[in-house]
Amino acid sequence: MADPGERAREEFFTEAQEIVEAFSRNLLSLDATLKAGGDDPSLVNEAFRAVHTLKGLAGLFGASKMGMLSHRLEDVLDALRLGRMHLSPQVLDTLFSAVDVYAQILVAEKEGSEAPLAAVDDLCAVLDALGSGGVPAGQLGSSYELDPGLLAVLTEYEEHRLRANIEHGLALYRLRVQFDLATIDRALEEIKERAKRHGEIITYLPTGESASPDTIELDLLMASRDDLATLIGTLGADHVVIEAVPRRRRPSLAAGTLHPPPPGGGTLVSLAPPAPGAEALVEEEPAPAEHAASLKSVTQTVRVDIKKLDHLMNIVGELSIVRGVLSRLSERVRADGQRQLSAEILRVHRNFDRRLGELRDAILEVRMVPLGQVFDRLARVVRQISRDVGKEIRLVITGAETEIDKLIVEELSDPLMHMIRNAIDHGIESAEVRERAGKPPAGTIALNAYQKGNHVMIEIEDDGGGIDEEALLEKAVAFGRIARAEAHDLSRQELLGLIFTPGVSTRDEPGDFSGRGVGMDVVKTNLGKIGGVIDVHSERGIGTKMTITLPITLAIVNALLVRVAGQVFAIAVSSVSEAIVFDPRKLKRIDGREVISLRGKTLPICRLDAVLALASEGPSEGRRYVVVTSLGARRLGLVVDAVLGQEDIVIKALGASFDDIRCLSGATELGDQRVGLVLDPAALLEEVLASAETAALGAALGG
Amino acid sequence: MPRVLVVEDSGATRAYVRGALTAAEAGGNLIEVVEAESGFEALRLLPRGDWALVITDVNMPDINGLELLSFIRSSERHRATPVLLMSTQTSERDRERGMKLGAAGYLAKPFTPQELRDEALRHMRSAEVESQHG
Repeated sequence: MADPGERAREEFFTEAQEIVEAFSRNLLSLDATLKAGGDDPSLVNEAFRAVHTLKGLAGLFGASKMGMLSHRLEDVLDALRLGRMHLSPQVLDTLFSAVDVYAQILVAEKEGSEAPLAAVDDLCAVLDALGSGGVPAGQLGSSYELDPGLLAVLTEYEEHRLRANIEHGLALYRLRVQFDLATIDRALEEIKERAKRHGEIITYLPTGESASPDTIELDLLMASRDDLATLIGTLGADHVVIEAVPRRRRPSLAAGTLHPPPPGGGTLVSLAPPAPGAEALVEEEPAPAEHAASLKSVTQTVRVDIKKLDHLMNIVGELSIVRGVLSRLSERVRADGQRQLSAEILRVHRNFDRRLGELRDAILEVRMVPLGQVFDRLARVVRQISRDVGKEIRLVITGAETEIDKLIVEELSDPLMHMIRNAIDHGIESAEVRERAGKPPAGTIALNAYQKGNHVMIEIEDDGGGIDEEALLEKAVAFGRIARAEAHDLSRQELLGLIFTPGVSTRDEPGDFSGRGVGMDVVKTNLGKIGGVIDVHSERGIGTKMTITLPITLAIVNALLVRVAGQVFAIAVSSVSEAIVFDPRKLKRIDGREVISLRGKTLPICRLDAVLALASEGPSEGRRYVVVTSLGARRLGLVVDAVLGQEDIVIKALGASFDDIRCLSGATELGDQRVGLVLDPAALLEEVLASAETAALGAALGG
Repeated sequence: MPRVLVVEDSGATRAYVRGALTAAEAGGNLIEVVEAESGFEALRLLPRGDWALVITDVNMPDINGLELLSFIRSSERHRATPVLLMSTQTSERDRERGMKLGAAGYLAKPFTPQELRDEALRHMRSAEVESQHG
């Protein structure tokens, strides 16, 4: 077998992963529909199509385990969509477990390692045990005058839907619609969306006639409980003609007796003449608005490895240096007296600068992905855990369309998952406790994301019992994280902050889920690695809200350049609120930490030269500055020798040998070809607060 | 240069088919492969020229392969264009339907690039011969 090509293979992995993700979303929608007591055949069909495509891909690209699993799943889903099998919660559970097995298989395939045989075999055995129903689909006993040309192009599924709708007493209608070829996808989605309230569109067929070369005419076969007048009222338009399909007198049109349609001719697929007026049909409540069908992307896209974008961004960084060289060249030429040449170079420089900015923004935009990607995974986790711990949870997601850097999204999944586990396990009370407290028995977890300036905010809010600060405090004291004497000085916010202290948020008896020895301190540290800061608010009996503040991207940062002990450092402007002149006379000492008072509020001070162990230049003669950084609700003043200005910088990771250096998030090349180190305000805050705590503890113990 | 329209909603499969076809030669000419990611896209592309062959997936959302096939058969200009169906559907029913609707052939996935090439070239040739003789 010839090589299908490396590109095709790459595409195979990406596409397979996307399909598995879509499959997972689909199952979640099915779960929700099932819980609401309804059913949505189109969702089952979409799930079928997903595994069907996966099976096809697996076959072409030689992924045998994936093929095997898809084959079994396809059988089950085919039985479900053709009505031969009933969708029970157990069946749905099995389908859900397939999502994880797919993920394992894909990883194994990509790494060229062994596919997880046991997991696939186990799941296949379960699927086999489910069987796929034995009742064969009956003949299409249509009581309608349907055109053979139309019946001939129905797939097995469409035929089943047609049969099922007729059996349920729905009436058939034909919508003849003129579409503009250029916009047909969107126009059809709109009609589908509107038609959903009235019933189901079973199939679409081009009629072969069109008003012009740019248009196309489609016949839509629709089943509905509503009468013709109602349908015309909501779906009718200039380019839409709706007719009822007349009922037939003779019974049964066997599908086997179909003839191939005659070639040519516009009458090929007409569905017989319209009925003379609307037929009175069984009037029932219209079906509830169903889950919005996933819109197939109509945009043209290419997939790119994020490393390639990193590479592009590095080139932008290097071009920034060229830009700096140009600027200095202009100055030198000017100094040599060639004013005109200097002005020309300056013009080139400006143009270059503008284009470079555009290039950078364009690359950044490409890196952005919607947070929905990670939220979908969380929805699955919520479903799983809530079942396992026997708590009913409603997950409300808003702002899934909020975009953030792809790399940040990847790193978000674990911390968010842990926080959600915490909320279900410790936050949401049992149904009995909730009812006694006058709350609805089902707990609600709200996942909300939105953009705020250069940051993306993610809130995880539960309506559970809230955090028990006293218990937290006891724990912190027991772990030696805080002195009891210090306790009454702590504000409520500081008390809640203890949840992020190592050891404190870990349960004594690890619960099945959140208490896996991973505490909120780890969550916080991991978020810190991607520049995230977490704040907690909690009200006893009402609930807990965790707010994560994240940078939109890590690739490029508008930075404030400062000088400390002769070296240049960069701090992200997004975390700087202001810079003020440092007045050592106003320094005070509270609990072992240096603070100043800024507009009536206490601001902890951090001496960068000391924290970074730089050779201090001694008490500086000139004036020094305090750069006030704020992260979430907290602030810290950094003492620097000089503020040099702002610059867009591309952050490069420090090598592995720098791993143990905290407080630095990377290095950057500056315009004058020097290297500057990038400060990590989140880590600095940690450092300062930790050392202050140690000092306070020492003071408390000593006293 | 003979042009082949590949209609398939899976991008990886389109890439696979393109890879298989562009490595082959048809009638001494290289094949030009045009991809459509949906039945709609195919409906948009079809009127833009003559096609030596249309290869379409059967199971696609909205406009499925059988519907596309029926449309091509009924179109004045493309009536003689051979259509090759491909599907994982092992269902005899769909295969039978496709043949009744006038498909030139039916490729069951998985197929090797060689199988696809052979099948595609066979139908492109026979179409050429037919159009020459009548």
